Amino acid sequence: MTFLSDKALERLRSSEAADFSGTRYKLREFIARGGMGVVYAAEDAKLSRRVALKVLDTQDANGELTSRLTREARILAQLEHPGIVPVHDVGVLPGGRVFYSMKFVEGLRLDRYIAQVESQPQRLRLFLRVCDAVAFAHARGVLHRDLKPTNIMVGSFGEVLVMDWGLAKILGKDSLSGGETLVTSGQLANRESDSTQCTAITGHGTVMGTPGYMSPEQARGETEQIDGRSDIFSLGALLKFIAIGGTQRKSSALPRPLLAICAKATAESPSERYSQVSELAADVSLYLDGLPVSAYAENFFERFRRFYKRHEVAILLIAAYLVMRALALLSFHR
Amino acid sequence: MTALGESFPLTRLSVLAAARSRDGAERSRALEILFSSYWKPVYKYIRLKFSQSPQDAQDLTQGFFAELLERQLLSRFDPAKSRLRTYLRLCADSFALNELKAASRKKRGGEFAHLALDVSAAEDELRAQAIDPASIPSPESLEDFFEKEWIRSLFSSAVEELRRVCEAREKQKVFQLFEAYDLADDESISYGELAARFSLPLTEVNNQLAWARRQFRLIALARLRALCESEEEFAREAKTLFGVSMQ
Repeated sequence: MTFLSDKALERLRSSEAADFSGTRYKLREFIARGGMGVVYAAEDAKLSRRVALKVLDTQDANGELTSRLTREARILAQLEHPGIVPVHDVGVLPGGRVFYSMKFVEGLRLDRYIAQVESQPQRLRLFLRVCDAVAFAHARGVLHRDLKPTNIMVGSFGEVLVMDWGLAKILGKDSLSGGETLVTSGQLANRESDSTQCTAITGHGTVMGTPGYMSPEQARGETEQIDGRSDIFSLGALLKFIAIGGTQRKSSALPRPLLAICAKATAESPSERYSQVSELAADVSLYLDGLPVSAYAENFFERFRRFYKRHEVAILLIAAYLVMRALALLSFHR
Repeated sequence: MTALGESFPLTRLSVLAAARSRDGAERSRALEILFSSYWKPVYKYIRLKFSQSPQDAQDLTQGFFAELLERQLLSRFDPAKSRLRTYLRLCADSFALNELKAASRKKRGGEFAHLALDVSAAEDELRAQAIDPASIPSPESLEDFFEKEWIRSLFSSAVEELRRVCEAREKQKVFQLFEAYDLADDESISYGELAARFSLPLTEVNNQLAWARRQFRLIALARLRALCESEEEFAREAKTLFGVSMQ
């Protein structure tokens, strides 16, 4: 039996280890494996900083995956936003494997982080920051198509970053519903061809995404039907996850307006969902401020209760004042 | 994965469940797998921790596995409380201590006596690692040592299986590439040098190595799965072994 040295053992444990010889990067550790690539922590020797490297690690006979990874890097490079992980470099390793380097984010994935945040308003504010990043991408004509807790990182300084744009789709002009303004001057790479949709599996297109977070039209592989509202569906599922503080708890405990926002965002038909991410975010903000939300029609009692909750101190002060005034009047008449 | 089944039971039963099975054939096959996965780590551990001679360590190793079977120690294992290898290491510890205290150890082995231990290979490995028992400073280091030896044992058998898979599919060159790059001690070798040595285009070196690594990982994970009691334990172990989430 082959004796494996300690070095060989370590190499096999990160068995996709790529050949970084002759590059500016020194491999530090294996981080995770995705659909088509491996992510490593590495050191950029030139700038003496830690970076994350995503390296293609599947057989790529026709070069399709290579263009996909390059395309992902170019999409990310166009999306300069505090909520989207910045790309530093793209290139090809000595072995011919394409890679890109990006900011190394130290922190926790949202699915792990969320359980630590007790306050629901604080959790909802995290969600609003995810919305900011997604709305920005939509404005640039980019759909994420795989929004889920494991693709969101919360950094050690509380920064929220939307990761893994490997399934992103670049929309043609005016493809986003509801007339969101597309910034088309960015000349995003490969705008015409979305290589991720090439293989026909369902008869319409490839099914890509994550069950539970994937919109019904995406699950059916109707790639031509997918627009910004598909991401809004995923955001709705994400909102429910965040609002309840993880998968262990029940969503029925959520207040009705919040449930209504989730329900509207995750409606079966895209036409019944919010048409833009900003509308969804606005409803969540209104909810946080104790104001009526567009997704839910309150009855009188609910409106009164919300009004009371929002102005509780003032109402109690006025009531106390009136009671004291009444008592003073009574004693005066005696 | 077809080739894996020839030498490894990819049934729904884990090795532990099979070891407790009423079906004699299933049970003995499971015990053989457990034995083949763990004998080297146990042997080396006993050799180092108790400073035993190769012959005595061999007797103790066989005796330990016999004890495991006779006293049905596996049925007491609770995956919620510890990992299997930790449990086995502690059992081996207690067995070896008792045997050495009693000083009446006799050659034993029970069902395992017929399984030849390639002690000379294990001794060669210890020499290659240049491990001096006196240099192991603490019990924690011995735990780490046992852990590493368990990984080495698992990976070595997975490499051997990969070799067989490559031979069966007439991909001997792929295995040679894998051996030259992934198993070699020389870390300076580049894909370019491999391409020149094997007269292959660079992209072919990349693709073939990617295939070999993927197969290796599949084999190693299949072996690991068989050694785990539950999916949860498997997910934890896979994370420890490869740093990946098996979701």
